[in-house]
Amino acid sequence: MLIDTLLYNFGQYILLLKSAIAKPERFSMYYKETVRQMDAIGVGSVFIVLLISVFIGMVTAVQFADQLGDSFIPSYYIGYIVRDITIIEMAPTITCLVLAGKVGSNLAAEIGGMRQKEHIDAMEIMGVNTAAYLIMPKIIAAVLVIPLLVAISAFVSIIGGYLATVLPGSISHTEYVLGLRSFFVPRYVFIMFVKAGVFAFLLTSVSCYFGYYVKGGSIELGEASTSAVVVSNVLILLFDFIIALLLT
Amino acid sequence: MIRTENLHKSFGDNHVLKGVSAEFHAGKPNLIIGSSGAGKTVLLKLLIGLFRPSEGAVFYGDTNLFSLDDKEIRAIRMKVGMLFQGNALFDSMTVGENIRFPMDMFTRLSLKDKNRRVDECLEMVNMEGINDRYPSEVSGGMQKRVGIARAMVLEPKYLFCDEPNSGLDPQTSILIDELICDLTNRNNITTVINTHDMNSVMGIGDNILLLKNGKVAWTGDKSQVLESDNKVLEDFIFASPFLRRLREDALKQRQGG
Repeated sequence: MLIDTLLYNFGQYILLLKSAIAKPERFSMYYKETVRQMDAIGVGSVFIVLLISVFIGMVTAVQFADQLGDSFIPSYYIGYIVRDITIIEMAPTITCLVLAGKVGSNLAAEIGGMRQKEHIDAMEIMGVNTAAYLIMPKIIAAVLVIPLLVAISAFVSIIGGYLATVLPGSISHTEYVLGLRSFFVPRYVFIMFVKAGVFAFLLTSVSCYFGYYVKGGSIELGEASTSAVVVSNVLILLFDFIIALLLT
Repeated sequence: MIRTENLHKSFGDNHVLKGVSAEFHAGKPNLIIGSSGAGKTVLLKLLIGLFRPSEGAVFYGDTNLFSLDDKEIRAIRMKVGMLFQGNALFDSMTVGENIRFPMDMFTRLSLKDKNRRVDECLEMVNMEGINDRYPSEVSGGMQKRVGIARAMVLEPKYLFCDEPNSGLDPQTSILIDELICDLTNRNNITTVINTHDMNSVMGIGDNILLLKNGKVAWTGDKSQVLESDNKVLEDFIFASPFLRRLREDALKQRQGG
């Protein structure tokens, strides 16, 4: 039964994506919608991303500093570890998990609300390819903007680590910066952007899918919104593992 | 003209339409009436292609809608306008932007020309000057008119109206009916109206299709309603004692005259 449901939803999701990949009826309308979504997803999420990022950096730095304790590992390693953990894992994964909650639930509710108010039917009757018009600009906007948010997140996390260790005097400014500049592997930045792009695609397309096929009333809309977040989160973690296997 | 042939539609075990064959003519309002659950909305959604039939066909002229692929169906829909029961106006857009939306999507007109057409459509429904208001800032009756203006903006050949009078007071209801009727006659549109408003039936019912339990129970026009001895029609139209009395009086008067 569970397998049936999974296969059914997967099939329907693929068909929806197939319909969404189509020539726009009017390029300017799609462009306008994409820009609007970039603003909503990107600018609208900057504050929450900054907030979580600074704490991620602070927590990572404080805990690693504690684990180093009186060991023989040089304390400048704190900067090095914060940088790499942030870039490879924390910034893309935690940011996208949070965005799945904020942006994903919003997208599912927006599209689901349009379905319930017959806006989608109205567009269909006008001849609009609703799968393309409602979903593709959101995916494009997310795939362009979320990697930027992730990059900001990585930068701010590193600053968070600095604030949490240098200001209280756990290590010196010079040591932290030395750590940041040691053993840098540029490929990790590439992995961060790959993760950000994949997660952005997953969280938007899955959320749009749950919103697009919502049936019933407000309770079902709430359920669709919840499912969008839960499924997006699970897929983000699954693909985090797959990308880690493939690229590291 | 739109024609349906032996249209069936089931949702699981629920057989909603059971072989509906009907014709909807151009240039006059075609009414689908029936009690709640009779299958009116399902029939309307089949006519537009929002649902696919379990069996049967819908013809636009000589073209079977369901033999077409998605792209061809969209091409037919460009000739269709629809007024929804809940208006389906986009909340985030102003009235003017709502009406302009189909033109933005499908035409290469300049913004000036599009805005001129928006003004024409608003004038057509007697709603001039509300371009910059949001749907939430106008009354239900005004929203209906804006919905009609949006449906008419691309000069459709087919107009579908789902319960255009629902939630409106009797006077506004009549105004909406007259507006739809006038647009239909003036533009020679095939208009299909789904309603259970008795004023509409007696006012603009030039071609009426009565559904009961998913089947056609009666067809005719408003002039035949009064004298029809069809039991289903009688029970549906003259359900209240007041209307029954009116009918009896009218029939007596005719016999006397």
